[in-house]
Amino acid sequence: MKARVTVTLKNGVLDPQGKAIEGALKSLGVDGIANVRQGKVFDIELDTADKGQAEASLKAACEKLLANTVIENYRVEIA
Amino acid sequence: MKSAVVVFPGSNREGDVMRALRSAGSQVEKVWHAETDLPAGTDLVVLPGGFSYGDYLRCGAIAGRATVMDAVRAHAARGGLVLGICNGFQILCESGLLPGILMRNANLKFICHRQFLRVERNDTAFTRAYAKGQAIDVCVAHGEGNYTADGETLKRLEGEGLVAFRYSDASGQVTADANRNGSMNSIAGIYSDKLNVLGMMPHPENLIEDLVGGTDGRGLFESLVSSFATAA
Repeated sequence: MKARVTVTLKNGVLDPQGKAIEGALKSLGVDGIANVRQGKVFDIELDTADKGQAEASLKAACEKLLANTVIENYRVEIA
Repeated sequence: MKSAVVVFPGSNREGDVMRALRSAGSQVEKVWHAETDLPAGTDLVVLPGGFSYGDYLRCGAIAGRATVMDAVRAHAARGGLVLGICNGFQILCESGLLPGILMRNANLKFICHRQFLRVERNDTAFTRAYAKGQAIDVCVAHGEGNYTADGETLKRLEGEGLVAFRYSDASGQVTADANRNGSMNSIAGIYSDKLNVLGMMPHPENLIEDLVGGTDGRGLFESLVSSFATAA
């Protein structure tokens, strides 16, 4: 079973890297960019076929390591 | 006093901090991150600077969950002293021993320069050799030192006097110019609730010899050793 975990900064948390990327896109002349927030994507293979167990493992992975919930939110998608 | 300096893959300031501790009169032992126990009789645990695990994921995130950190948490819970410098501060935040997080510097630059800090209080085991309000001249060298916490945490840190150091000018004035990484409230270091855990971004261990330009960092190590001389 495969899953994708997306970790993003919470609203209101300053994202200097996203701002720099936004500035770079504007200076490249890419039109229509209003705002950029940078995040992280983790593609994870699970060695279980049980969706419930996979969800529990992924939640534990996010809470224990992948996201720092002081500043980040996470989203889990199981393929 | 007995100090244990924890080494993670990618730590690189353990040699300097061990030297600073020894010159202040502490016994020092190096401890590998995979150990389950601290050396018997450890009074102070130091998490040194560096780039543990290459700063992968988030600075200090992987080191903060290393095996030895359970022993460090137990030591802190018993009231034992813990000092985290630079990457060590990031590890303390990621391990839950201190609140908040160190984000990328607001100007996105790695900063590396001499820096004055205002000592916010001198009644702790870490700062008794300094005067309250004294500006000490140390160094900073980091890309992620922008201290960030939610409003409630910040209010608690300020209300309970848990801010240890703030970025200041040479006269001890906390100015916007002196806060080059964008930290909230110019915070350079914070204490835990019981004042036994200190995390700080600047490097006091860099400035312990006139030969390398200053000795203002010495006071921190001398404070620690003298706390133990008194307590024992």
